[in-house]
Amino acid sequence: MKPFTYDSPADAGTAVRTVAADPSAVFLAGGTNLVDHLKLGVARPGRLVDITHLTSTEITERDGLLSIGAGVRNSDLAADPRIRSRYPVLAESLLAGASGQLRNMATTGGNPLQRTRCAYFQDVTTPCNKREPGSGCSAIGGYTRYHAIFGASEHCVATHPSDLAVALAALDAEVSALGADGARTIPFTELHRLPGDIPERDTVLAHGDLITSIDLPAPPAGEQRYRKVRDRASYAFALVSVAAVLAVEDGTIVDARIAFGGVAHKPWRAWQAEDVLRGAPATDATFRAAAEEELAQARPLPGNEFKVPLLTRTLVSVLRELS
Amino acid sequence: MTAIGEPLVRRDGARKVTGTATYAYETPADAPVFCHPVQATVARGRIAAIHTAETEVLDGVLDVITYRSAERLASTADAELAVLQDREVAFRGQVIGLVVAETPEVARHGAELVFATYDEREHDTELSADRDDLYKPEKVNPAVPTDTAAGDVDAAMASADVTVEQTYRTAMYHNNPLEPHATTALWDNHVLTLWDSTQGVHPSRKAIAKVFGLPEERVRVVCPYVGGGFGSKGLPHANVALAAMAARAHPGRPVKLALTRQQMFSLAGYRTPTIQKMRLGATRDGRLTAIGLDVVEQTSRIKEFAEQTALPSRMMYAAPNRRTTHRLAALDVPVPSWMRAPGECPGMFGPEVAMDELAYELGIDPVELRVRNEPEVDPESGNPFSSRHLVDCLREGARRFGWDSRDPRPGVRLEHGWQVGTGVAASVYPSSTRPGSTAVVRFEGGRYAVEIGAADLGTGAWTVLPQIAAEALEVPVEAIDMRLGDTAYPEAAVAGGSAGTATWGSAVFEAARTFRDKYGRDPAEGAEADATTGDNPARKEYAMYAFGAQFAEARVHADTGEIRVPRLLGVFAAGRIVNPRTARSQFLGGMTMGLSMALHEESVWDPRFGQVVNHDLAEYHIAVNADVDDVQAHWLDERDPHVNPLGVKGIGEIGIVGTAAAVANAVFHATGARIRDLPITLDKVLAALP
Repeated sequence: MKPFTYDSPADAGTAVRTVAADPSAVFLAGGTNLVDHLKLGVARPGRLVDITHLTSTEITERDGLLSIGAGVRNSDLAADPRIRSRYPVLAESLLAGASGQLRNMATTGGNPLQRTRCAYFQDVTTPCNKREPGSGCSAIGGYTRYHAIFGASEHCVATHPSDLAVALAALDAEVSALGADGARTIPFTELHRLPGDIPERDTVLAHGDLITSIDLPAPPAGEQRYRKVRDRASYAFALVSVAAVLAVEDGTIVDARIAFGGVAHKPWRAWQAEDVLRGAPATDATFRAAAEEELAQARPLPGNEFKVPLLTRTLVSVLRELS
Repeated sequence: MTAIGEPLVRRDGARKVTGTATYAYETPADAPVFCHPVQATVARGRIAAIHTAETEVLDGVLDVITYRSAERLASTADAELAVLQDREVAFRGQVIGLVVAETPEVARHGAELVFATYDEREHDTELSADRDDLYKPEKVNPAVPTDTAAGDVDAAMASADVTVEQTYRTAMYHNNPLEPHATTALWDNHVLTLWDSTQGVHPSRKAIAKVFGLPEERVRVVCPYVGGGFGSKGLPHANVALAAMAARAHPGRPVKLALTRQQMFSLAGYRTPTIQKMRLGATRDGRLTAIGLDVVEQTSRIKEFAEQTALPSRMMYAAPNRRTTHRLAALDVPVPSWMRAPGECPGMFGPEVAMDELAYELGIDPVELRVRNEPEVDPESGNPFSSRHLVDCLREGARRFGWDSRDPRPGVRLEHGWQVGTGVAASVYPSSTRPGSTAVVRFEGGRYAVEIGAADLGTGAWTVLPQIAAEALEVPVEAIDMRLGDTAYPEAAVAGGSAGTATWGSAVFEAARTFRDKYGRDPAEGAEADATTGDNPARKEYAMYAFGAQFAEARVHADTGEIRVPRLLGVFAAGRIVNPRTARSQFLGGMTMGLSMALHEESVWDPRFGQVVNHDLAEYHIAVNADVDDVQAHWLDERDPHVNPLGVKGIGEIGIVGTAAAVANAVFHATGARIRDLPITLDKVLAALP
């Protein structure tokens, strides 16, 4: 592990300025991903800027809307009665993620910023464009079980690992960030980026931008569900996951919001499936048609072709349950 | 007074759960130094240059040992232990350097800064049954014939009413004990002391003494507690030689070396992947006429380990025509080694799934098919079994599991969106006692000290050996002070092959009886007796095995294919049970590991790099709490007068044998999908779902 300096600034503004001014600096929150990467040599920062005491650990309510402080622990967020009753898809996604111990450390702001679990990214002895731009993508032609079927590029086929992020994408959440130039908000679905030819950049945040809160709009009408499909019953990343909100009136779908996890470089909002669903009868045929419409753009890799039927089946299964 | 058979709590339990048990790495030491290995990043080649200057100037770095500076070892016969002797790289991950520093952080950072270039050679790491360079090893582990043949399998297959011919595959697996391979080493006054996490202090001492050319009395190995081993700590690996080498280079300073989880995937042994070509021929009424098994597996190019995968097929069922073979591919891969029930564990996957396939072909209940093929004598040797209660295990297991109400049709039960099925498989494991272990019983301060250099790798030796001594001495078990885990005590065989309790227990039992015979019930202070486990002449006359029947319920989600196993039930006939509490834990642990093998475990190999890709516990899946539901282990009250005076058979390994086959058979019953390669993951069953 490369030696680093440790800063514990007094306020968020100082933290942001410190990181923005030092290309080798990174924020440290729950540390559940960063500390692993420090040990593995995947992250080699020169400076850790501890923000655990700087970001809000409160969930505040204003006009029926909830604002989740970036420092709120995943376990606290999942247990919050307002989240459980109004945004069950969010609570379910949190409880599907990691383990109890990790959820006690992980934070709302940090969780969506965790990096891919691509095994080649995590192994500094193998080429990886995300870790070392220009070195190549070892996953292409390698072990692809957990890799992307949507939106990948020839430079990177990694997936984003967060469950929470998938639910936030489906809920049309917004991210509040503080940067060197001040505060701004970003629609959650626009926070993460596809790899393109700069796979080393996971999000649209600039170096030094600090997530301060994640804000939820009013709960959408309808039933909510997060369904994570994985090889073992807990403590595993998703092969595929589905966050869905479905509102049905008199057998007709009036609203649908769907996001997929485990299939792309970002939480994959299934806009095309939603279009098929809205206004259509809530039947298996509709659900299948919606899945097929979205999955028409899937480009599986040798080794993860099973994700196409698996995601189709999972989406149909979840929508059937919600209707 | 019957101390044997009591469910006593572990003597070391409180120390372990309260964190006061001292493991190898935590051995208290004054001014210790810390090591971090540097590993090769090519699978085959020669080091062209190794740059250590950047590391050497780091504050706190004491030494960077490479092939240029390492001491020349007295023996390089064991290539795995011949660390840092030359420029050759035989597998990716092989150690090419060792950084010694004042803190573990500096050692690790220093290791990252060591940079090597290589004259790379083309590597070959892909196992397949079609290779033209497969070879026949002289013997397979531990020292048994590579091939066997009786009758004519080909002819019997051609004339059989029904045949099954299928290829089964088991994955590469890595032992991942909670405590990594770790050592504290001290070279002081020309004596090397190793506080090492090992399954055998004496075997470890012998190996290390040889490598360094030291008389054994100048090497002491201490190991009071082991945080798991499963075979990977049965013999020392490169890490122990490295720690010893660093200690000799830095006399007087305790040297600490613990492998990281990632490093264990190339340096601590593993279970070879296997390809099993299985053939069964049978009459219409379910009598086997032919059993054939041809196994292909891998070894490293630098050291042969030939796993005895076909062994159980030689003795399990009666059939007049039988043939088994083992062939190896020597590859540019890390050195394979023991992992819980080497041979028997993967070697009962193919055969026991094939038996299930045959049962379906014949329309005979899978339990009944096994009963029909129960041999009267060991088909391999012709000797009678010292005891064999497989049929009783099958019957008792079927009763407890509720097998009778089973609808044999595959893929027809749907409960709350899950397809449900049940499966059965048999287990077997040899019952061994190794000659040569010695125990001492001494009367000290009104108490009995029992000494033997055994290692308790979590199996309960701290607890069961006093029970055996108490029984023979006819005293309360509380009057026994147990001393083990140190070469300061008498020679003891490795904790392996499910032979520990039988072997050490025989010596303890005999020493205690001798003591009582010699000194009566009122011994003088310092009175002492010893005994050594001898050869058992009955081994020539009887085939000695433990048996078991494994039952599993599998649920496969009809939409997603997710596979869960809510119920496992095993019934074992494994001789006399010394301690039902620790024994139950052993059985449950074995079955859980078998479940893990069935559904999760797989070291994913990337032949382009020549390494395991998923080399940590986030990606190398083992069963976690949520995967383990109702696991039950039961046993028969078996009395075997031949295995040893105690009537004890080993139990450490039989729990894992057969479990994976039972799960695979249950998945078939649930879905109709016959999965012949492990692990059984949802993608493999997806196509068979409605």
